[in-house]
Amino acid sequence: MDTRIERHTICVLVDNEAGVLARVIGLFSGRGYNIESLTVAEVEKAKHLSRITIVTSGTPMIIEQIKAQLSRLVPVHKVSDLTIEGPHLERELVLVKVNGTGEKRVESLRIADIFRARVVDSTIESFVFEITGSTEKLDAFINLMQPLGLVDISRTGVVAIARGPNPL
Amino acid sequence: MTGDMEMLGAEMVLKALVDQGVDIVFGYPGGAVLPIYDALFKQNQLRHVLVRHEQAAVHAAEGYARSTGKVGVVLVTSGPGATNAVTGLTDALMDSVPIVCLTGQVPTHLIGNDAFQEADTTGITRPCTKHNYLVKRIEVLSRTLHEAFYVARSGRPGPVVVDLPKDVQQARGRYVGPDASEHRTYRPQTIPDPQKIAQAVDWMIAAKRPLFYCGGGVVNSGPGASDLLTRFVRMTGFPCTLTLMGLGTFPASDRQFLGMLGMHGTYEANLAMHGCDLMINIGARFDDRVTGKVTAFSPGSKKIHVDIDPSSINKNVRADLGIIGDAGAVLEALIAEWKRRAPRLDVKALDRWWQQIDQWRARDCLRYQSSNSVIKPQYALQRLYAAIKDRDFFVTTEVGQHQMWAAQFLKFEQPNRWMTSGGLGTMGYGLPAAMGVQIAHPDSLVIDVAGEASILMNIQELSTVRQFNLPVKLFILNNQWMGMVRQWQELMHGGRYSESYTASLPDFVKLAEAFGATGIRATKPQEMDSVIARMIETKGPVVVDVCVDQKENCFPMIPSGAAHNEMLLGPEDEARKPVSEEGMVLV
Repeated sequence: MDTRIERHTICVLVDNEAGVLARVIGLFSGRGYNIESLTVAEVEKAKHLSRITIVTSGTPMIIEQIKAQLSRLVPVHKVSDLTIEGPHLERELVLVKVNGTGEKRVESLRIADIFRARVVDSTIESFVFEITGSTEKLDAFINLMQPLGLVDISRTGVVAIARGPNPL
Repeated sequence: MTGDMEMLGAEMVLKALVDQGVDIVFGYPGGAVLPIYDALFKQNQLRHVLVRHEQAAVHAAEGYARSTGKVGVVLVTSGPGATNAVTGLTDALMDSVPIVCLTGQVPTHLIGNDAFQEADTTGITRPCTKHNYLVKRIEVLSRTLHEAFYVARSGRPGPVVVDLPKDVQQARGRYVGPDASEHRTYRPQTIPDPQKIAQAVDWMIAAKRPLFYCGGGVVNSGPGASDLLTRFVRMTGFPCTLTLMGLGTFPASDRQFLGMLGMHGTYEANLAMHGCDLMINIGARFDDRVTGKVTAFSPGSKKIHVDIDPSSINKNVRADLGIIGDAGAVLEALIAEWKRRAPRLDVKALDRWWQQIDQWRARDCLRYQSSNSVIKPQYALQRLYAAIKDRDFFVTTEVGQHQMWAAQFLKFEQPNRWMTSGGLGTMGYGLPAAMGVQIAHPDSLVIDVAGEASILMNIQELSTVRQFNLPVKLFILNNQWMGMVRQWQELMHGGRYSESYTASLPDFVKLAEAFGATGIRATKPQEMDSVIARMIETKGPVVVDVCVDQKENCFPMIPSGAAHNEMLLGPEDEARKPVSEEGMVLV
């Protein structure tokens, strides 16, 4: 049996009804699957559709189970494994609060510039940076900010979409 | 017409039930469902069976559903009514039984306020139902009810909860009847992929040591599927074993039947599973009670797995060919393909396979030490079977040793005749399930094969049995122990019988009489036949207290953590093969 742990990004289109997120999360916790990241928001107001993006990890057999289990939830319209279905984009947004003065403060600004992070709030002793990108890029940015006075992080988790003309 | 369809929410609930073909509701009233009970009082299309505990309402509905193929309906109140139903719902989920459970709820404006008898019913039942609904508006009530029935019975069947706040029951609205339009998301695949059918038949034709391994999915597909299975198995000449849930879907008397497989399955069935080169699984789910140690499970076989639930395929055991579809539809396709090919099989190899199987059979693995002084539980069941086999009978069970002996010693020729709690293993299942079966089949002989510990878990239902004049027969194999617990303690915990002996058991004969039933006791093997005859002849409910050998263990047994070829065949094997460390941690 294949015991390699793979990381997969799965998109789930669901009816935006009460309890639907609890169903998805309960499925993961109840069956002991991992959630590395989960985002959800309504994407089609008229049809009451929400899109859930889940980053999960497991053996190929577990990943297959996760998709099958998600598919059989009644309010689920579609389950799509972007990791195997071809090239796709993954983005996250993070807000990073960095406190500091003097050289550290200047350095944080310099790094933010390199990463194309934006300053969205500023006081004499603090910045809030907004940065969008892949999980790896954000991790790198956060790591660099750590010694420069990082005090608070808020991240959205991954949203993802397939490349090319076809919708989900 | 539209004017007629204006009604109260409570009336709408009943109208929807009638339109869905329901004739019986199992339930228990309470504050939050009073409007529905009031509407029930004013009509005569639906019959209500008043149980004595909400868990029993669900098990009764399960018995009803499993013996008829229809959806079982439950009506309970909010809070404790709903939480008491949870065990039954979980049982129905594990065993794929179609149930619609209506629960009362506090009025919508009180939800979340910790109101009297409020519980987060949809939250609590989310993991133990196939789907659930909280109906907050009268406008969606009738549609939701119809959808609940559709979800409960389609695809892999299961329990569905509809939570009904009291103000919605009392609101007025327009009723909408069931329609045939497609569900927007839930459309399970029932027709198999023809290419996969062809592939399966290819493998079957080439097989040297094939085996059918079939389960509850065939039963759930309807009696037609069992007929097709029987035809197909006979057409191929291959051996066939069934799971606990599948018993009856292939006739037990057929020479090609190897008996039940799994932890307490027959020697021949388990060794055939271990030694086959092609396994054809139709409607079974590779449960851990069937596979034993997964890494040593049937190591040399190609596996075809037919299931209506895609999540069952490759869950526990990797299938070489997964076929998604309804068991009946798949069997039909397989038969058509088989006939089209008019196959020439490897007769020599198949003969050798049958010779091997016959050698395994010759071990006579269900043999036990008979006795003239104490009633052996196996003997009691053999005598029971001899007495009922030519009658129109149904059997339910509780959970434990008696259940496994019943599965081994009672033979089923047809599906829907055997109702037992397989997946969840719910003690207390059998009596209420028997009530549901008896209500659906008033003139049939309905027997709950029970243990004295399990039966006490829902013994209050004897009161329901009396009220509705249900002539169910409780056949209690009384060994004064939680027999299966004691057996495991003997095998795996050094004989330290921690809390598995029940002191102060009731006198079951007097208990029966207290509930207005007939009580009979058997203490000697010689009186077994006459006691069983009296039980069958007595009109009305009967409780038979069969005082059996206290020490008897259930064999054969695959100890947990062991493989199919490491079975214990009897007490003499017990000492020789201690259970492995890793086996001890398994349940």
